[in-house]
Amino acid sequence: MSAALPAGDAGIRPAADTVLEVEGLFKHFPLPRGLLGALLGRPGRVVHAVDGVSFTLARGEILALVGESGCGKTTTALALMGLQPASAGSIRFNGQDVTHLSEHPGGVPRAMVAALDGAAYRREPSVAPALTLKRLRRQIQMVFQDPYESLNPRATVYEAVAEPLEVHGLEQDRESRLNRVRGALEDAGLKPAQAYLNRLPHELSGGQRQRVVIAGALVLEPSLLIADEPVSMLDVSIRAELLNLLDELRSRRGISILYITHDLGTAACFTDRIAVMYLGRIVEIGPTRRVLADPQHPYTRALLSVVPVPNPRLRRTRQILGGETPNPIDLPRGCRFRPRCPVAVERCAEVDPSLTPLGDGHEAACLLLDGARLLNSA
Amino acid sequence: MERAETPLLEVRHLSTNFVTDEGVFRAVEDLSFQLRRGEFLGLVGESGCGKTTAMLSVLRLLPAAGRIVSGEVLLEGEDILKLDAAEMRRMRWRKMSIIFQGAMNALNPVRNVGDQIAEALVLHDMAPSRRRAAARVGELLELVGIDADRADQFPHQYSGGMRQRAMIAMALACSPQVVIADEPTTALDVMIQAQILELLERLQRELGLSVILVTHDLSVVAEVCHDVLVMYGGVLAEYATVDEIYNEPLHPYTRLLLEAFPDLSRPDERMISIPGQPPRLNDLPAGCRFAPRCPMVIDRCRIEPPPVRQVRPGRWATCHRIDEAGT
Repeated sequence: MSAALPAGDAGIRPAADTVLEVEGLFKHFPLPRGLLGALLGRPGRVVHAVDGVSFTLARGEILALVGESGCGKTTTALALMGLQPASAGSIRFNGQDVTHLSEHPGGVPRAMVAALDGAAYRREPSVAPALTLKRLRRQIQMVFQDPYESLNPRATVYEAVAEPLEVHGLEQDRESRLNRVRGALEDAGLKPAQAYLNRLPHELSGGQRQRVVIAGALVLEPSLLIADEPVSMLDVSIRAELLNLLDELRSRRGISILYITHDLGTAACFTDRIAVMYLGRIVEIGPTRRVLADPQHPYTRALLSVVPVPNPRLRRTRQILGGETPNPIDLPRGCRFRPRCPVAVERCAEVDPSLTPLGDGHEAACLLLDGARLLNSA
Repeated sequence: MERAETPLLEVRHLSTNFVTDEGVFRAVEDLSFQLRRGEFLGLVGESGCGKTTAMLSVLRLLPAAGRIVSGEVLLEGEDILKLDAAEMRRMRWRKMSIIFQGAMNALNPVRNVGDQIAEALVLHDMAPSRRRAAARVGELLELVGIDADRADQFPHQYSGGMRQRAMIAMALACSPQVVIADEPTTALDVMIQAQILELLERLQRELGLSVILVTHDLSVVAEVCHDVLVMYGGVLAEYATVDEIYNEPLHPYTRLLLEAFPDLSRPDERMISIPGQPPRLNDLPAGCRFAPRCPMVIDRCRIEPPPVRQVRPGRWATCHRIDEAGT
């Protein structure tokens, strides 16, 4: 399950200022076989949630990971956070392999736990003794989708934002902790911070709550922020300011951001690069402008055609894909997009396409890529 | 507000209050609009602007604290606010139905989907018993693009998009003429959203349905609606055809709302949020409700609430600045 499979290869070479390098990441969830299945020796079935994902993220870069529900974008994020151990592949953070970090130094290595899980895992002792998952999470913070549910309703804003400092044993004395919390709140756009410290979540609007959640992530001064649909629960009129805030954090603090969304519309307005995921794989990746102006994968084209455009004069033919993302248990033979693909040909059932470079860091995984373009970039 | 054709549904000067311990919330005030046969009307505004309250008033489904204090709701010329409860119950669902916000998560998890649709038929005397309703249930499911033999499956066996389709089937159970869809695509992926919009458009064409699409998403409205009513703080801000709203918006609120949208057709434009918060409906400003956030505010706006005015034939707006500038 490693080199043999056509794992995607994001062509952008890791530069010196690469924060994150993900290579051939797999996350498979084995399904329970049942007693009968076990007795009959039936092979275990597996959910291929993430199935060979590779990409890099530079310092101060915003990458959008776009796809429908169930395409594996959130599982990818959880693997990066160490919340779901990877089945295979590697995750390098600031040049260090963090794929199999354990909760505590000297604890059972994750690779061993994984092996006991029953699936075929790669065993490789790669744990740097000093770096634990907890230390890693100081560097990688996550903002979740629903600000109405991710805040404790009985904790004040101060308590919510100070808790990560407590967990990590930072800024032990009152004064410096208070200062750091204030700084994080103001960076998240809640000014003056003093006015918010003692408020409870129910006294805040949805947008303000999401800012508190972002402040809770910023207070640890992470170098990577993973934002999983941070605005999809919010009113459209306040989405813009939160996305602009993320953009600002990148330029002011040099934070790298992985922005996870199903909405190409919001991804278009502030990200540097877009990676489109389908059934556990990246099927197209490239600079945002280029992917939007010149999408190469039929899935990207379909996704773009259904993003509503706020102008009735530009109503287009929506290219609606029937059904929903198929279940990631029994993957289609050949190209995994074939059953829903409007332009599939016979050969698509045989060959599983891998990402093909098209120049300028633009890559797509489709057999029907424009031949002329391929020649030009070769 | 007259138009050539007699409208199917006409709302005139509707006002609804909520009377609570914290005072009176003027949730909807002096709201008027029309819905013609086969028309798609978009009702747009931020959370808490009174869109859902207006629709619940039209169906007379307000919670206990809600009172319709004035106005008329004419369905084919008859004021349904004058009907008694039994008459109203007979009218509801047969003439007008609603797809509630987030309702796809409100399906009963321990009963199969077909049964739940059949229940709507039985309750409205469209079928003698749930078992006898099976054929019609199958028909309804096929109508919204679900295989009839999935009627005996349970909600957890349906995907989100399919549950929303089942809710639409339920709303269509008694062949109503008007369907109110309250945020029907908000929790769905873009591809599923497109599928649902396509379905609503097809139903409108095939069944001659009139649809009121309630949403905070102006871009969804641009995709499917004919007319658009923009609400702000419980009042009509602007009411016009979809082309006028997007290409020559008059009200400053409409303009700001349009700028707050990501627009793939214009990737260079930065999205701009509307500063400030919508007004609290129990503590409204004396003048125009939008005045505290309005970039074009003048003294008069803070003192005197602007009336709903017909700016041009078929076009209404509520703003002092529109008459002055002439735009």
